[in-house]
Amino acid sequence: MIRCIRHTAAFTFLLLVALLVNAARVQVFEAEGYAGNTANRRVPIARYDKPRGAVLVAGSPVTGSRDSGGRLRYERTYTEGPLYAPVTGYSSQTYGTSLLERAEDGILSGADDRLATFPWWDHLTRTHRAGGSVHTTINPKMQRAAFDGLGGKKGAVAAVEPRTGRILALVSTPSYDPGELSGNSPAVSEAWRRLNGAEQRPMLNRALRQTYPPGSTFKVVTAAAALESGKVTDIEARTDSPDPYTLPGTATQLGNAARGCEDAPLKDAFRVSCNTVFARLGAEIGLRGMVDAARRFGFNDRRLRIPSLVAPSNFDTRMDPSQVALSAIGQYDTAATPLQMAMVSAAVANGGQLMPPYLVDKVTDARGVMVAAGPHRPTREAMGPATAQQLQDMMIDVVAHGSGRRAAIKGLTVGGKTGTAQHGVRNEGTPYAWFISWAREKDTYEPTVAVAVVVEDAAADREDISGGGSAAPIARAVMAAAG
Amino acid sequence: MARSAAAARPVDAPPPLPLLPRRRGIELALLLGAVLISVCGYVVVGLARWHALPAGAARYGAGLGGLALLAHLAVRFRAPYADPLLLPTAVLLNGLGLVLIFRLDLETPADHAAPTQLMWSTVGVALFIAVVLLLRDHRMLQRYAYVCAALALLLMVAPILFPAINGAKIWIRIAGFSIQPGEFAKVLITVFFAAYLAANRSALAHTGRRMGRLRLPTGRVLGPIVAIWLVSVAVLVLERDLGTSLLFFGIFVVLLYVATGRTGWIAIGLILAGVGATAVGKLEPHVHSRVADWMHPFAGIAAGKGPGQLAQSLFAFAEGGLLGTGLGQGHSYLIGFAMKSDFILATFGEELGLAGLTALFLLYALLVARGYRAALGLRDPFGSLLAVGLAALPALQVFVIAGGVMGLIPLTGMAMPFLAQGGSSVVTNWIIIALLLRISDRARAPRPEGSGAGSGTKSEPEGGRGSGTGSGAGSGKGPGAGPGAGPGSDDAVRQAGSDAAFGSVSWVTGFMKQTQSEQNQSRPPRSGQAQKPSRAQKSGQAQKASQAENGTPTPPASADDAPAPEAGR
Repeated sequence: MIRCIRHTAAFTFLLLVALLVNAARVQVFEAEGYAGNTANRRVPIARYDKPRGAVLVAGSPVTGSRDSGGRLRYERTYTEGPLYAPVTGYSSQTYGTSLLERAEDGILSGADDRLATFPWWDHLTRTHRAGGSVHTTINPKMQRAAFDGLGGKKGAVAAVEPRTGRILALVSTPSYDPGELSGNSPAVSEAWRRLNGAEQRPMLNRALRQTYPPGSTFKVVTAAAALESGKVTDIEARTDSPDPYTLPGTATQLGNAARGCEDAPLKDAFRVSCNTVFARLGAEIGLRGMVDAARRFGFNDRRLRIPSLVAPSNFDTRMDPSQVALSAIGQYDTAATPLQMAMVSAAVANGGQLMPPYLVDKVTDARGVMVAAGPHRPTREAMGPATAQQLQDMMIDVVAHGSGRRAAIKGLTVGGKTGTAQHGVRNEGTPYAWFISWAREKDTYEPTVAVAVVVEDAAADREDISGGGSAAPIARAVMAAAG
Repeated sequence: MARSAAAARPVDAPPPLPLLPRRRGIELALLLGAVLISVCGYVVVGLARWHALPAGAARYGAGLGGLALLAHLAVRFRAPYADPLLLPTAVLLNGLGLVLIFRLDLETPADHAAPTQLMWSTVGVALFIAVVLLLRDHRMLQRYAYVCAALALLLMVAPILFPAINGAKIWIRIAGFSIQPGEFAKVLITVFFAAYLAANRSALAHTGRRMGRLRLPTGRVLGPIVAIWLVSVAVLVLERDLGTSLLFFGIFVVLLYVATGRTGWIAIGLILAGVGATAVGKLEPHVHSRVADWMHPFAGIAAGKGPGQLAQSLFAFAEGGLLGTGLGQGHSYLIGFAMKSDFILATFGEELGLAGLTALFLLYALLVARGYRAALGLRDPFGSLLAVGLAALPALQVFVIAGGVMGLIPLTGMAMPFLAQGGSSVVTNWIIIALLLRISDRARAPRPEGSGAGSGTKSEPEGGRGSGTGSGAGSGKGPGAGPGAGPGSDDAVRQAGSDAAFGSVSWVTGFMKQTQSEQNQSRPPRSGQAQKPSRAQKSGQAQKASQAENGTPTPPASADDAPAPEAGR
């Protein structure tokens, strides 16, 4: 019997070993898989267990946290939701995050190891770090000016500091309150449905994620390409341009809204925005030259992050000469985000040097200790300084004497370019009104701000040069707020 | 003669030990430690949740400490030689269970189970004390084997008259309390199995027809036990309490094997279990879904219904990792239903990690090991069988439920001994501990010279009657059996003494030792052998010990040089 008892004991011991091995399997070897399972609520519970870090504009937070008392405890609040929605995005228990909330989620939620002195220690003790703060480059006065300027109209504004690439304003209207999406109540899903179904598409970030045909504002790029390639050496010399211009290889005749475009010098053609002159120039420069110029300004860049992802602006790389001609005046498939056109303007203002734009000034931990500074990316040369100088002159001329008169500001030197982009099948849609500009103190060469404004439903009268009419005043208000 | 054996195997036969120490002081110290650990757990929960000491910490500690002290006093005066590890282990497990339930109560403000559990623990300890005080000798139970069986059946049938709770008809409701009579039935059935098998084991092992290597016992011997087992299993299947059913089956097979020493029983048991499991798995949708759940714990997620209980349980264990999240800081409440009872181990695993879980399993292992050790130290087969059964009961139970909630085997509802919420379970476990203590006291107690014949006869009527078939065979070999039993048990007692240390590992290796007896075991005992080695006898006892027990009570104790006569005081 003793032998049998020992066997029984040995068998019991085997059961114990089986339990221990299985426990090690579940708790150690396969733990990662279980923890990563989407149905495991522990991840979101831990995530919302602490107040989320703040997004700051000019040192004061525009976000907050509310203790809901629920299982996913802290919900996001926004002090001025609609105003900063294109900057912050939303952070929702139900629908995740977007824009800056997504790009800097590690810092804001506290998961980023940079927030800890000894990450392994926090890992060992399972400390949930308090979320860090994200300081943005936004200038609240300009943001407000752009938002108020757009009013109820559909449109977007992007403003950057040409010397640094800091994004000073990022506005998209109509906007929404991301605070409505915080939490996981039925009201949240109701708001989500309503906002996504709305015809005005308030959740679309038009400044970063929507591309528009840039229209005449693209002529800045074409002019830069013409000057750089040597097709035009003197901007005051007459060009050999017919009016109307027959697109190469087709019978299509391109006309002008403005008068006096036949053989107009580049400067005049730029001021009154002659399609014929620039289309012919584009065709002359050719596909490769135009693509190179556009790329130098940042077109076709799929990797631009500020740190939220920016939709790539498009300039086709396979076209026949007539399409190149149309693309050179910002039509055909050419499309740009407002931020991209602000970059074009900034490159001109900054003597041809293009600074990659960025939105995050610095990142600090919960106690305010700096974790990371803003990005330091190398400058790119979009054009030579001489070309930039000539383009500056031409843009100043537009504001001084041309279609951009309404953007002029007393005491500042302002350069700009209007644009009216047609779109829709057979160009039946209401044209988009564009205005890009920059401003600097008189007698200095240091630009303070570069702005791009697009207004979708500019005017009922499509013959109006609406870029100057509806977009320029907004740009003016933004530039005035910069000082 | 013991001397010559010692020369042959020094490890197995050291010179006779002095009196075994009682070790009641160690028990008291360990109890203090167990209570302190539990109170620490309580305090940690409070600190984690409110960053302050919980209000009831002192009260809780005093309550648990008072219970432990009372139990200790009862043991000190009525079972002074009892194993000193059993009681502290039980108190620690019970204390940890109370901490876990208290911690889970925080997640269910509407339902506070900890006070009720403490009340039941008190009842359990009271019954523990009652058993220790009233049951002077475990062999008294042998007399009531059939009473136990009848009572167990009655208890198991009773819930059929009451409405089902959560799909299982295993509760009876009296005056607001839910009682699971099946829990008590476990102990009673084990007592019956032990008593019956002790009386009939030679008949079971050596009579009946041979079929190849198997030997089928006669129906007369096997009939009653199989009948009772079948009835109990049938009742359980009807009541849908498959965990307990599985447990009964396991105990039945284990005891049958220990009693007869025939591996054939294990084969039959496994075949029966396989057939039964397949049949039940096919026929019973309840069980079928459990098996499906076990195979694909995440099927619910894929189907869009969210994670099932088992998936949530696995998530909880995985979250625990190596060191756990800390008491009070896990999210095991996501398991929802039954988180305080069947799934309480998930809370333990999440908040104390693999380290805590390993410690917990080793605590159970310690408990079980001490039970087996007591079984080895006894000379009467009923006591040994009872100890094995009572030790295997929590062992199987822990394996079934822990394996179930951790995805090792299909889940069957069962309470984690001492840990899980459930009054009947706690009370039953305390009774088990009391019985084991009583048996271990007997196993470790010094045997007064020359006495003890009387009690042997006194406690045997049941066995004597039941083993009518066996005693016939045994009586012829009476003289040979007597001396064999003497030294054999002495040896075992000595081992028990030397192993009274705390390590279960040393204990395990002690068990695994190869003994010469295995070679001799099959041989019929010859007179020469009976004279000589103590070792061979010990296991040849399939016949001998039982006959010594059943047949002639007094005879040969004095013939041997062992100081102990056969049993009893």
